[in-house]
Amino acid sequence: MKEVDGIKAINKVSFGQRLKAYKRSKLSFLLAVLVLLSAILTIGVLGYLIFYILIKGVPNLSPELFSLTYTSENVSMVPAIINTLMMTILALLIAVPLGIFSAIYMVEYAKKGNKLVGAISVTTETLAGIPSIVYGLFGMLFFVTYLHWKYSILAGAFTLSIMILPSIMRTTQEALLSVPDSYREGSYGLGAGKLRTVFRIVLPSAIPGILAGIILAIGRIVGETAALIFTAGTVPDIAKNLMSSGRTLAVHMYVLSGEGLHTDQAYATAVVLLVVVIIINGLSTLIAKKFTKA
Amino acid sequence: MKVKEKVMEIVFLVAACVSILAVLLICVFLFSSGIPAIGKIGPLNFLGGTVWKPSNNLFGILPMILGSIYVTAGAIVIGVPIGIFMAVFMARFCPEGLYKILKPAVELLAGIPSIVYGFFGMEVLVPLLRDVFADFNCKGNSMLAASILLGIMILPTIIGVSESAIRAVPNSYYEGSLALGADHERSVFFAVLPAAKSGILAGVVLGIGRAIGETMAVIMVAGNQPVIAHSIFKGVRTMTANVVIEMGYATGLHREALIATGVVLFVFILLINLLFSVIKRREK
Repeated sequence: MKEVDGIKAINKVSFGQRLKAYKRSKLSFLLAVLVLLSAILTIGVLGYLIFYILIKGVPNLSPELFSLTYTSENVSMVPAIINTLMMTILALLIAVPLGIFSAIYMVEYAKKGNKLVGAISVTTETLAGIPSIVYGLFGMLFFVTYLHWKYSILAGAFTLSIMILPSIMRTTQEALLSVPDSYREGSYGLGAGKLRTVFRIVLPSAIPGILAGIILAIGRIVGETAALIFTAGTVPDIAKNLMSSGRTLAVHMYVLSGEGLHTDQAYATAVVLLVVVIIINGLSTLIAKKFTKA
Repeated sequence: MKVKEKVMEIVFLVAACVSILAVLLICVFLFSSGIPAIGKIGPLNFLGGTVWKPSNNLFGILPMILGSIYVTAGAIVIGVPIGIFMAVFMARFCPEGLYKILKPAVELLAGIPSIVYGFFGMEVLVPLLRDVFADFNCKGNSMLAASILLGIMILPTIIGVSESAIRAVPNSYYEGSLALGADHERSVFFAVLPAAKSGILAGVVLGIGRAIGETMAVIMVAGNQPVIAHSIFKGVRTMTANVVIEMGYATGLHREALIATGVVLFVFILLINLLFSVIKRREK
């Protein structure tokens, strides 16, 4: 560590020295400018998007938008919010145990070089690369049509749970791998069996990492549109039960912005979505940071 | 006790096999619903046909395939250079304090829902392009708009993968280059960056996958005319857009043709995934 600091100190270049160097080499100057420009552009676009939506949307957050029932006049987003909550909880209930269990198998049980492990890694990677519209099509063909679930919260939640499964698996695997082997050895040494070691020792120390992954998955569920239009449908009311159709907030926003009559309300919905995503990302970073510190 | 251990191990194993099952189910249901339609329409008429008129039983998806490719290429042209330069900035240029803000910002860029990107594009980008390129008869909703928006959307993917690839290059490359008298920029771009080449390439391929599969944002800015576009200022329809726009009311062969469009998209994605894993394996 000390040595690296020393190298850094030697390499330290003052601003003046740097300017002189740029005078000598136009290429270096050009590269530095391009790098800086890209950074400004990236952050500028993000900042512009957030502030533009906030400034246009916040004044439109009227009380009618938050009335309990939806009518075509008030285009309330409360039913959509409740549907989103239901959808999120249900999808997590399916995907989180599956994801954690399969990660446990991959990290704690499977032998290295096992063919099955190879197949599971390949399929997980494939799942991670499939775009949400293809998930939507599959959900429509399998859950909605083949299993006769019709457009329903249940069909939407199952579709989404397959979609978020790979990311939950991956983050859990990483979290499990980062638990030092000495924990496991210590547990075995005290006479605990494998199962007890996994549930009492390994999993608790991996929880922050797993949690950060789950929170990011929530973000994906909340923002998802394409996979839900043809699985959960676009009914604007609170779903009466799991077998009835209901639109989530993102779908609600898509319908509003497509009509062209409710642009103001679409801005307001965008504000809600954006705020939720910012909170979710913040939480996930916070937890991940705590995790690396501990 | 022994029984419980064994039972739970099997439970874990079964859970792990769900992802295999899911991929199998997706393949079976997509292909079995899509391929018969391709057979009925005729593979050549379907993949090579330039006219999409469901009311006249004409199902040529070449305009949509080209639309997806054009828009993705545009996104790569815009997103890749900016993404790589930004990754270099984050890995080798920016002070530590700034990094603590930049990293979450880039992650936020990845977390913003595509519908919000699309809405932003519809409200800001489209009118802007309409004004700026008014002389070129640009209607705003165009290939250019979709490319720019997708270029922004794939930034976090490219930045994330490229940054970790650059960071994985041993510091001795950089130091050796400095010791030979190269300055900071030259060392980073001509010693470190070439060594991170395959990682960056993997990031680009991942970005291509994102761009070609993106749906909602594209629909809202691309114009969606199902004809082959001859200029970047004309509207295009991608494969993803074709499915979402018409699936709501399609029946019979029309509906099957839309599912078949999804199958073609799925095959594209599988090929891109394959390319990605080949690059990653070579890296190891």
